[in-house]
Amino acid sequence: MSLLTVDRLSVAFPGHTAVREASFSIAAGETLALVGESGCGKSITAFSVMRLLPSNARIASGRILLDGIDLLSLSEPEMREVRGAKVSLIQQEPMTSLNPVLSIGLQITEVIRRHERLSRKAARARAIELLDLVRIPDAHRRIDDHPHNLSGGMRQRVMIAMAVACRPKLLIADEPTTALDVTTQAQVLDLLDDLRRRLGMAVLLITHDLGVVAQWADRIAVMYAGRIVEEAGIEPFFAQPMHPYSRGLLGARVDVDADEHYSTNRLSEIPGSVGSAAGEAGCSFAPRCPVAESACRQAVPSLLALQDDRAVACPVTIAHEGGPHGAARR
Amino acid sequence: MGRRIAATLRRTAIHAVPTVLGIIVLDFLLLQLMPGDAADVIASESGVATAESMAMLRQHFGLDQPVLTQLMNFLGHLAQFNLGFSPRYNMPVVDLILQRLPGTLMLMVTALAFALIIGIAVGSVMAAWAGRWPDRILSVVVLLFYSMPGFWVGLMAIVLFSVKLGWLPSDGDMTVGAGLTGWAMIADRLRHLVLPALALASFFVAVYARLTRASMLEVQRQDFMRTAQAKGLHPFLIQLRHALRNALVPVTTVAGMHLGNLLGGAVVVETLFGWPGMGRLALEAVLARDFSTLLGVLLLSSFLVIVANMLIDLLHAWLDPRIGAA
Repeated sequence: MSLLTVDRLSVAFPGHTAVREASFSIAAGETLALVGESGCGKSITAFSVMRLLPSNARIASGRILLDGIDLLSLSEPEMREVRGAKVSLIQQEPMTSLNPVLSIGLQITEVIRRHERLSRKAARARAIELLDLVRIPDAHRRIDDHPHNLSGGMRQRVMIAMAVACRPKLLIADEPTTALDVTTQAQVLDLLDDLRRRLGMAVLLITHDLGVVAQWADRIAVMYAGRIVEEAGIEPFFAQPMHPYSRGLLGARVDVDADEHYSTNRLSEIPGSVGSAAGEAGCSFAPRCPVAESACRQAVPSLLALQDDRAVACPVTIAHEGGPHGAARR
Repeated sequence: MGRRIAATLRRTAIHAVPTVLGIIVLDFLLLQLMPGDAADVIASESGVATAESMAMLRQHFGLDQPVLTQLMNFLGHLAQFNLGFSPRYNMPVVDLILQRLPGTLMLMVTALAFALIIGIAVGSVMAAWAGRWPDRILSVVVLLFYSMPGFWVGLMAIVLFSVKLGWLPSDGDMTVGAGLTGWAMIADRLRHLVLPALALASFFVAVYARLTRASMLEVQRQDFMRTAQAKGLHPFLIQLRHALRNALVPVTTVAGMHLGNLLGGAVVVETLFGWPGMGRLALEAVLARDFSTLLGVLLLSSFLVIVANMLIDLLHAWLDPRIGAA
């Protein structure tokens, strides 16, 4: 059974729906990359899992099962037992996601002492171990530092230490490296991957960087305009992306190995913009899609299994590949 | 931490020297612009002054000297920690001020404490219920206190609590002739303190409540608030530890700047409640054209403000570790 199952989740803001019937699952110990461009609803999906949506957003429908428990049916105090202990969160901006006026030691120990019965001293010792674990040099001296004493990469390590402090089963990393420079990015992602193996966590990695996905994720779910349009293992996905949007994304990438850095050819792009399907029925990618047929503009295509562990929400692709695999998967 | 405090103190002390000097010279020159002097007042009160006796008075108090010489004399005495002699009260200005200083200090500190505690509490409640009825009601109350002058609040408080209800005394800083000792004396003093301190604090309660509300709401949008929620902390703890501490930084900044206003307000409130403090002394000194007393009061007031600002700086450095780190 999978650790986390998100089943037909919809999240509504006043005036628009940010996430529409998103379904995906994560197995224990697995890294699922949730990929999409800015504003496609990937962060909102992630915050829904922790039930930490902005106050004007609400979950319109769907279920979120963690270890078989429906998180949406829990009371707020029960949910607080889950946050930080079973599911934890790393945010995008390490500069602003740590409280500037509190020492990092306090910020780490407060989550430990919230979920485990530990003395102040024992919690502090644990915090030092955690800082060691995330490879912060001189952890016993650094623990009383404040966030402004640390570099961006170090702050993100502190965030990671805080997130793994209570050995959660699922770690949600919302673009954890977007704000960091490239060399630090690789270190932080290596660290996350290492901790995932050591602590047996699953990771929901939200990113728009396909390079990061290729290197660190096990599976990928591609989101477009609030819907998941393709779900696949990493190798099959990069070998042969199925959904026209995925193909467009991969086509727009600069492939260093193919010497594209030095070529003068224009990069391919996806025509149009995300807004082009606003107010229209049918597949929201249809106005930009090179293979769209008139049927695409009639009904919203559902995510159908194409092969084992591979699903795509595109009837044209499915027909081309020889029909859906077995019964409709979702 | 210790080193940072020392650095803050040293910096403030160095800044204080030119500030104080500037204040003295400016005050002295401004006072010269007032019509009349102590000799005029004394003469008019005695009613039988002649030109000769007035000239004698002026000579006695050094008022016949040129302004610049008077200033130099004053500064010279000041360098020897001598604030001069009051022609009005016929005693050294230092003794006069030291008599009144404890009363004013007590009133100021109590009023500021009232203002900060009530203001921050009310502001936090308003922010927590922003846009709903507790916020609406408190907003109206706060607006009332913001727009009502302190002396009027004081008058109404006297009418209600002293005259109608008879709960609290309205005059002076202790019951005269009661001969109380020990706890009874302290309780008596505190009862006398409540109304003037509240009257003085009312305006500042409103200022701090509005400021706390605004900065608490500002903090809610920060990423670290979501981090705190993601740890599973109780909302109350999140507000107290993560939000309020950040929100207090602007509030203490403004509180530091308000100390001067508080001293100014003390003149009115002390007069209203017959409180024996420096504010009333200053007023009496103005009416008697007793410039040496007035200069002493002004000098000490500026010292008070500077020291209080120093304390606020320290509080700041403690609240926000980013301050003073550079």
